[in-house]
Amino acid sequence: MIDILKFRLAYGRQTVAFPDGPPRFPARFRGRPVVDASRCGDGCEACAESCPTGAILDPGEASMRIDLGRCLFCGDCQTACPPGVVRFTNDHRLASRSREALVVSKDEPVLAAALDAKMKALFGRSLKLRQVSAGGCNGCEAELNASGNIQFDAGRFGIQFVASPRHADGLVVTGPVTENMRVALLKTWEAVPAPKLVVAVGACAISGGVFRGSPVAHDGAAGALGDVPVDLYVPGCPPHPITFLDGMLRLLGRLGPRDGAPAVGSPADRP
Amino acid sequence: MAAEVLETWNGEVVPLRAVPVLPVERFRTIVLEVLRAGGRLSALFGREADGGVVLTAVLADDPEGRLGLLSTRVGDAYPALSSEAPAAQGFEREIAEQLGVRPEGHPWLKPLRFEPPLRAAPDAFGRKDPRATIPGEYPFFAVDGEEVHEVAVGPVHAGIIEPGHFRFQCHGEKVFHLEIVLGYQHRGVEAAFRGGPDRRSLALAESIAGDTSIGHGLAYVKAVESLAGLTAPARAMALRGVALELERVANHVGDLGALANDVGFLPTASYCGALRADFLNASAEICGNRFGRGLLVPGGVRFDLGEEEARALAARVRASWERARAAASLLLDSPSARARFEGTGTVSRETATELGLVGPAARASGLDRDVRHDHAFGIYRFVQVPVTATDGGDVLARALVRLLEAERSVEFAATQLEGLPGGEARVEIGPLAPRSLVVSMVEGWRGEIAHVALTDERGRFERYKVKDPSFHNWLGLAMALRDGQISDFPLCNKSFNLSYAGHDL
Repeated sequence: MIDILKFRLAYGRQTVAFPDGPPRFPARFRGRPVVDASRCGDGCEACAESCPTGAILDPGEASMRIDLGRCLFCGDCQTACPPGVVRFTNDHRLASRSREALVVSKDEPVLAAALDAKMKALFGRSLKLRQVSAGGCNGCEAELNASGNIQFDAGRFGIQFVASPRHADGLVVTGPVTENMRVALLKTWEAVPAPKLVVAVGACAISGGVFRGSPVAHDGAAGALGDVPVDLYVPGCPPHPITFLDGMLRLLGRLGPRDGAPAVGSPADRP
Repeated sequence: MAAEVLETWNGEVVPLRAVPVLPVERFRTIVLEVLRAGGRLSALFGREADGGVVLTAVLADDPEGRLGLLSTRVGDAYPALSSEAPAAQGFEREIAEQLGVRPEGHPWLKPLRFEPPLRAAPDAFGRKDPRATIPGEYPFFAVDGEEVHEVAVGPVHAGIIEPGHFRFQCHGEKVFHLEIVLGYQHRGVEAAFRGGPDRRSLALAESIAGDTSIGHGLAYVKAVESLAGLTAPARAMALRGVALELERVANHVGDLGALANDVGFLPTASYCGALRADFLNASAEICGNRFGRGLLVPGGVRFDLGEEEARALAARVRASWERARAAASLLLDSPSARARFEGTGTVSRETATELGLVGPAARASGLDRDVRHDHAFGIYRFVQVPVTATDGGDVLARALVRLLEAERSVEFAATQLEGLPGGEARVEIGPLAPRSLVVSMVEGWRGEIAHVALTDERGRFERYKVKDPSFHNWLGLAMALRDGQISDFPLCNKSFNLSYAGHDL
């Protein structure tokens, strides 16, 4: 017992400063990519040719955009483009309420809009989530688990993962939704009492990711759940726990537009 | 091994036509003889060739560091290996499911992943419409009798875990039998490799099991490099070794925390949960991603470290390990926690051998097999990591193996970082050899990963076989529960911590 207390004292507080202070990432962390199509060479599509998931739209044109819902944040496009048209910043803010808002071109943060007043009143201080992995590789699952550990501690915002859909206010889906998990996912969604939320976490759950077009999967939650609306998309492969927290806190109206911004001028902001 | 077997080694390219095609009886006799003599079945897979089905076995002779390849042509049925060699059971179910070839006398012939057949042939399990069936529509083993009851768990579990179905046949608290049904995670990985390598292949390899991005990614880039007749530069080899060991340490530290959580020992659960992040973040220091994604590339690595950066990282990794070891020791020095681990979920050395277990699960049952040592690849051909094995075969043994081998991994990774070889970290890669085969093995944190790549006449993947270590080890978990308490299941499960996605592909 004494040893436990001694360890606890020496180890100190582990919870991250976010959202009261800026989150800290390793210098090479790849967050939101920005595009400067003015630097493109004539007819060059090297970035798009290197992209594993076809996330780069209209390469080499003024209308060039990146679909964060497909992006794996692997950085291949940045390496493939010597003029530096695509550059990954350290901006962790990626989550959005709409699929369209994930297709970006300008250097602007992606900020998820808050729920309406009634839903905020219901879930704002206590949101219980049921997670279903439907073909997830255990990357997103590992980061969702981490979001509840003593470092990221989603519990301090009232956000918790629960064991039963009956206890949950929403569903967090990972994976491209395999055909073999589709029924189980639907049944879990049906078992969550209304009103309820659906959060799609990771490139697979948003667009199918690297498994897009697989004959045995459904290109993500939206494709598999039919008419069920997705309330929040959290891009990444996998998303950093802080990206997930940022999306959830914005959804719950607990972060203002300027809150929780990345540190300015940190090394990762440079190309 | 018998004279008819083609001898090869981890990462050697052989012409496809050099793999001997033997009559099925001879094929069967040789495989069974090798297994009886202490060899292992590293992989067994089927493919369509010349209008028929060809099975290929990859046999491993661990003490000699050699692999053996042999093939056979089969019709709609052939005499099963599994009736005498349980280690073949999963492989033969896969072949039956994919190609409609029935292994006659298989003691457990049931669908494996519920994947659509690859070949137009009658279903080997007699299902009318194999495409319409999903896991759960399954002929469960049943036990009859007074006071015998069943417990069904999954596919959706209580925590943030991948899906799988567990069916327990119990008498009171005692488990007679546990049947594990998987396949829910089937995403079509092997089919997606066909025709590659292409721009997607590497990301695909990294996503086979997301907690093993480096392990599977490395097996993939090694296979491609071998087929291109190229070896990665020494500096890349060292950085890859660092990344592979960081992945191992992160997962082992996380698992020690999770084991603590499952017996309600919260200090270690909390600390190890956070300390795991130190090792994930060390990977991110190198390549920007906590799971090492984006680091590997055929021909080397995409990120390099300066001397100062590398030394600073080594110091941080060593310091983090000091804390992780202390946190784990709180658990292992606590008599009450230790008592829950001792004698729980025991897998005997004989069972482990028969099932062909790999990785920490095998080493905890006294089998000192480790690809880094037995079939050394990359940096491990120059710098040896000692094999960590113990006996006992219980949850405690699996926890101890993790702790001890993580310590050795830290020492290895830090030493490499303190003296990285000079030179470039990436070289250009050319086209792949046509009509060839290569077996690429890596010791991932769960055990032996094997990728078998076969190229067509244009040097494209005609068949890309992936074997995750979990493929061998799931049956080990089922055996660990035999005659145990059903309430010990979470603890046993965590002590194996197997991959669903890696099994289901």
